[in-house]
Amino acid sequence: MHMHKFEKIWLAFGIGALVVFLTTVGVSAFYLGNKPPSCLTTINVDKVDQTKPFDKPGLHKVEGKDWDYELVYVASAFSYNPVKVEVPLGAKVKVIATTKDVVHGFEVAGTNINMMLEPGYVSEYTTTFDKAGEYLIVCNEYCGAGHHLMSSMIEVKK
Amino acid sequence: MTNSITTKVKVDPRDAKLSMAHFFVAFSALALGGLMGLLQTLVRSGKWELPWGIDYYQILTVHGVLMGLVLTTFFIMGFQYAAVSRTTGGHSIAARRSGWIGFWIMLVGTLMAATMVLLKEASVLYTFYAPLKAHWIFYLGLTFVVIGSWIDGSAQIMTYAKWRKNNPGQPSPLLSFMAVINTVMWIIATLGVAATVLFQLLPWSLGLVDTVDVLVSRTLFWYFGHPLVYFWLLPAYMCWYAIIPKIIGGKIFSDSLARLSFILFLLFSIPVGFHHQLTEPGIDPAWKFLQVILTFMVIIPSLMTAFSLFATFERYGRSKGATGLFGWFKVLPWNDARFTVPFIGMASFIPAGAGGIINASNQMDQVVHNTIWVTGHFHLTAATSVVLTFFGISYWLVPHLTGRKLTKAMNKLGIIQAWVWFIGMAFMSGAMHFQGLLGGPRRSAFSTYGGAKQAAEWVPYQIAQAVGGTILFLGIILMIIIFINLAFFAPKGDEEFPVAVAENLEEKAPMVFENWKLWLGIAAALILFAYTIPFIDIIQNSPPGSKGFQTWSKW
Repeated sequence: MHMHKFEKIWLAFGIGALVVFLTTVGVSAFYLGNKPPSCLTTINVDKVDQTKPFDKPGLHKVEGKDWDYELVYVASAFSYNPVKVEVPLGAKVKVIATTKDVVHGFEVAGTNINMMLEPGYVSEYTTTFDKAGEYLIVCNEYCGAGHHLMSSMIEVKK
Repeated sequence: MTNSITTKVKVDPRDAKLSMAHFFVAFSALALGGLMGLLQTLVRSGKWELPWGIDYYQILTVHGVLMGLVLTTFFIMGFQYAAVSRTTGGHSIAARRSGWIGFWIMLVGTLMAATMVLLKEASVLYTFYAPLKAHWIFYLGLTFVVIGSWIDGSAQIMTYAKWRKNNPGQPSPLLSFMAVINTVMWIIATLGVAATVLFQLLPWSLGLVDTVDVLVSRTLFWYFGHPLVYFWLLPAYMCWYAIIPKIIGGKIFSDSLARLSFILFLLFSIPVGFHHQLTEPGIDPAWKFLQVILTFMVIIPSLMTAFSLFATFERYGRSKGATGLFGWFKVLPWNDARFTVPFIGMASFIPAGAGGIINASNQMDQVVHNTIWVTGHFHLTAATSVVLTFFGISYWLVPHLTGRKLTKAMNKLGIIQAWVWFIGMAFMSGAMHFQGLLGGPRRSAFSTYGGAKQAAEWVPYQIAQAVGGTILFLGIILMIIIFINLAFFAPKGDEEFPVAVAENLEEKAPMVFENWKLWLGIAAALILFAYTIPFIDIIQNSPPGSKGFQTWSKW
C-alpha cells in the first residue's frame, strides 16, 4: 500500500498535534489534579436526607482539610437545596452534591463546576471562587416538566 | 469507453423499490422533525408559546427521535442497500426479503415509539435516561427499530459475502466494503443499547423488576451513543471518497487508504463512550482518560479523509489546467448540486470536527458539557456535514431509483437549498456555540431563571437561534419540494449512479482488509480492554437501584 509523501507529512503533523493535545489534558488532569468530577462515593438514594453531609445542605466551614469550606447541595425535581448561598471571595470550596430522584445536572454558569448528579452517587468538585459576583446554578440534564425552572444562586462576596 | 459502460449500470428495480421505501420514511421524518425543531427554537426565543397543551419536552423528544434515529437510520440503510446493489450486481431474493422484513420491523417499531410520545407517555428524549420511566411500548418500539436494522443490514452483508464467494482473491467493490463496515459497526454498537433496553428498561417498565441500575444503563447507552454518530458520518464519507470524485470527473486518490480509514473507524469508534460521561460520578478518571485517548485515535482516519478529498480535488483541477496554489479550487463544478451540496457539508466538518476535539478533551469538557454548545456542535456534524451530504446523494440517487432525471431547475434549487441551510445553520449553530460558552444549558425550555443576570445574557442568542431555525425550516421545505419532484414528477430518464475508480488501478487493495476475523477480533479486544474493568467496577460498587419516575407533564 503506497502512501504519498505529502500525506505522510500531513498525518505526522496531525498525529503530532493530537499527541500534544492529549499530553496537555493528561498532565493537567493527573499531575496538576484537574480531573473531571469522578467521585466514587455511593449513597442510598432513599436516605439522602438522613445521610451526612446531606442532612445539612449549605455552606460549612471546615478545619484541617485541603479546602476551607464544604458547600452541600441536595437536588430533586425541580429544585436545589439551598436556593441561595453566599461564599466569601477567595474561599477554596469543595462542592458536594447528590440527587434524591432522577438524574440532574449541576452547572455553575461562568465557572468550571459542571457535573452530573445521578441517583445513588455523590458528585464532588473542589474549586476556588476568586471572582466576586452572582453565579447561577442551572440543571443542564433533562429531568422533567420543570427542568428549565430548576436553579440556585451562589453569591461570591468580599 | 469503460466510462460509458459504467454509467449505464442501474440498481436492480426490485432493489430500487426497497431503497425508495426507506427514503419515503426518512424524508417524512425530516419534514415532521424539522417542524418540531422550528417550534423549539421559537419557544426558546421566549416570544412564543406552544398551543393546545403541547409540551416543549414532548416535541424535543419527537425532534431527537425523528432526526437522530429515524431519518438517519432509514436513509443510511436505504442508501447502503442501493450502493451494495449497484456495485455487486444486485441483491439475491433472500437478501431482498431480509431487507424488506427489516424495513417493516423498523417502521412498526418507529410507529409504536411515536404513538407513546404523542400520548405523552414517553417524554424522555431520545437518550431516554433512567430513572425516567417511559411506557413499555416505547422501549419495545425502540427494540424493534434496532432489531429491524440488524435484519435490514444483514441484506448488505449477505450480498457482500456472496460476491466474495464468487470472486475469490478479489478485493470487494469499495462502496460495498464501506457499507458493510458501517453495518457491522452499527450491529456491534447497538448491542449496548439493545442490552439496556431488553435486560433493564423493558422488565422495569413492565413492572417485572422494581429498580434499575442507572449508571449501568447510561454506560450501555453511551457504548452505543458515540458509534451512533459515526454510523451517521460514514455514509457521508462513502459519498466523499467513492462518489464525489466521479461526479467532478476525477479519480479516487487511493482505494487502499480509503479502506484503511474505514477499518480504523470500525476499530476506534466504539470503545470511546466514556467521553460522553466525563463529568459523571462512579467512573474512575483513569478509565475516562483511556477512552479519551481512544477517542483521539478516531480523529486519524478523518485526517486521512480530508487529505484524500482535497488531493482528489487538486489533481482534478490541475488536470483541467489550473495553476497556482489554489487555482484548482475555481475549476471545481460549482454549478453541480451533486458536488456543491456535499462540499458545503464537507467544509462544515472542519469547524465541526475541531469542536468535537474540544468536547472530548477530558476535563475541558466541564466548560461545555450539557450546555447548548454541544447542541451547536452536533448540528454542525450531523445536521450539516452529514445531512447536506445525504441531500446531495438524494439529488442523483432518488431519480436513479425512480427512473427520472435531475432537471436543471431542481439542480439549481438544490444549490440554493444548501446555501439556505448553511446560512440558517451559521445563525443557529453559531449562536448555540456562543451561548454554550456562557453556560446556557441544552434541552431546556425558555426560562429567565428567576431573573438571573447571566440568564438574561443568553436571550439574544436564543433569538438568533430562532432566526436560524426559521431559515433552516425554509431549507427543509425546499428539500421536501425537491424530493417529491424527483420521486414523482421529474421527467423520465437515466440518472447516473456515480461510482468513482481509483487513480492507480495497478495497486490492488491488500486482501488483509477483507480479513473479518482479524478486524472483528481487534475490535472486540479494544472494546473489552476499554470497558471490562470499569464495567465490573461499576457493577461491584453500584448503589441500591432506582425506582422509576415520570416527572414530565402528561395529557
